[in-house]
Amino acid sequence: MAAVIIIVIKGLILAVLLLTAFGVLTLTERKVLGRFQFRPGPNRVGPGGSFQFLADGLKLMLKEEIIPNGADRFVFLLAPTISLVAALFAFAVIPWGPPIHLFGQTIPMEIGGPNVGILFLFAITSLGVYGLILGGWSSQNKYSLLGGLRSSAQIISYELAMGLSVVGVLIAAGSADLNNIVSAQTNLWFIVPQIIGFLIYVVCMVAETNRAPFDLPEAENELVAGYHTEYTGMKFAMFFMAEYINMVTVSSLATTLFLGGWHGPWLPPEIWFIIKVAAFMFFFIWLRATLPRLRYDRLMAFGWKVLLPVALANALATAVWVSVVAR
Amino acid sequence: MLTSYFPIALYFLVAVVIGVGVLGASRVMGPRKPNAAKLQTYECGVTPEGEVGPRFSVKFYLVAMLFMIFDVEAVSFYPWAVLMHQLRLFGLLEMALFVLVLGIGYAYVWKRGGFQWQE
Amino acid sequence: MVSTVVFWLAAAVAIVGAGGVLLAKHPVHSALSLVLNLAALGVLFLLLHAEFLAVVEILVYAGAVMVLFLFVVTLLMAGTKTPRDEGRFRLAYQYLLAGLFGLILFVLVAHALVGADWMSSLAATNAGGSFGSIAAFGTALFTKYLLPFELTAVVLLVAVIGVIFLGREHGATRK
Repeated sequence: MAAVIIIVIKGLILAVLLLTAFGVLTLTERKVLGRFQFRPGPNRVGPGGSFQFLADGLKLMLKEEIIPNGADRFVFLLAPTISLVAALFAFAVIPWGPPIHLFGQTIPMEIGGPNVGILFLFAITSLGVYGLILGGWSSQNKYSLLGGLRSSAQIISYELAMGLSVVGVLIAAGSADLNNIVSAQTNLWFIVPQIIGFLIYVVCMVAETNRAPFDLPEAENELVAGYHTEYTGMKFAMFFMAEYINMVTVSSLATTLFLGGWHGPWLPPEIWFIIKVAAFMFFFIWLRATLPRLRYDRLMAFGWKVLLPVALANALATAVWVSVVAR
Repeated sequence: MLTSYFPIALYFLVAVVIGVGVLGASRVMGPRKPNAAKLQTYECGVTPEGEVGPRFSVKFYLVAMLFMIFDVEAVSFYPWAVLMHQLRLFGLLEMALFVLVLGIGYAYVWKRGGFQWQE
Repeated sequence: MVSTVVFWLAAAVAIVGAGGVLLAKHPVHSALSLVLNLAALGVLFLLLHAEFLAVVEILVYAGAVMVLFLFVVTLLMAGTKTPRDEGRFRLAYQYLLAGLFGLILFVLVAHALVGADWMSSLAATNAGGSFGSIAAFGTALFTKYLLPFELTAVVLLVAVIGVIFLGREHGATRK
């Protein structure tokens, strides 16, 4: 029973942390983008605008829920729920620190560490695409439908290269368990031998989360807002939360696979984990401030014609290294 | 082995409760004053025109089907990668053959313009 | 004990999902029911200690196959109104054929169930250890079942060619 309570508390803490990260990230993004563009960003609510995200959250909470005419009500409500639940759930297998000892119990710093950890994470994130397709379809708006379709086609295209880009890491670690992958990087982070895999992963992770320069689903000048055009209030916010939590999750996975996870000198491991993830988040915002949006045909061609074969070649090259050269 | 999934299952319930809770909270807290214009689908304020279901490019279906096929391929890479230290050269040759066969398919798709969004 | 409860829950969800596929009025709802069914099957795989298969079930079936289904269904039936059965897309003798194939499937499954060696299968899944793990699965796939594995590549190649053939544009086939 005590074990169940610990797990539930840990789960609640993790979920609250992820939702807080979402709030802080929206604010940080607006502030940092403001700095990039020589303007202050939000600065009215609270000291230096630091309560802006609470005000935004409250506002969205109190907004009217509009379900457009002809929409499929059940699917319309299901779509944002799937997005948010999948985003929250995917983080379950990521270790954010070494196990701690508390009240005579060993508590692992993750929800669960299955043998197939990384595959589990990919399986759950691949379910997030349902939110987009269903949201686009159930709204009964042609732009939503087209936006949902585009983004899901984009996500599945880059999912392939993403899946193959981590194969080199699995070869090097000899395991798909994220804890083993972290401990395999005690001496050398995998970013060094797997630099190509890392670069492919980073490109794919930006595309997977539909962020700039891959933010075609939200190409507001041609699609209004894409799959969530018809969503109002908290249901819109749920898609938004899912996007930011997914950013945290893919960044955490990048940290775990390539940057040694929570390993680091002097500071506590959890702090190191947060620092590394935060660096990725800043990178996301930086990209948005710097790069223009890609054209759709180029985006698709890049995923299939460049990233996929290079990821495959990287996997095979790593295998050659392990089986022939490093013998 | 199953014990490692028990916490994950519990956490799934936590995630579902949060997801449904957020959805429910906004239903309870928000006002409700629908009118005809509000319920119309949004097309930049212009009255919606035409059917919802325009015809879509066949490329979308192609991408989805190719994804499915290559996803099966990608999945078989994971057990191979984990075992690479044991399988060694034998494993490499096995996978080289597998990739070679699929490479023919990949090259065929490329040549036929399957990855080309515009002619 | 817990696993028995989980089994019954997952089995019930799987049957509800399967029923939903048949009974739902709109194809999108049918597809969603199938996703539910596949997720429940994933849990059942897990209860059999087939850890890798459980995850692959979700990754490939729920994450890829059903996405394709939804692409087709949502695009061909973009409206949320239930499509009318106009009768012109029906196969000849479809009820008769469905009944016949259903019966054949039932006989096959029943035969397999009656003839199954329950005790040794149970012993295998209860053996614990690495059974069903990614490494155990890989060892079997890349040694004992090497030929089927390489043949999968050929099957996938056929599928790739089929996709391109089906998706070709008329008039653009010869270049």
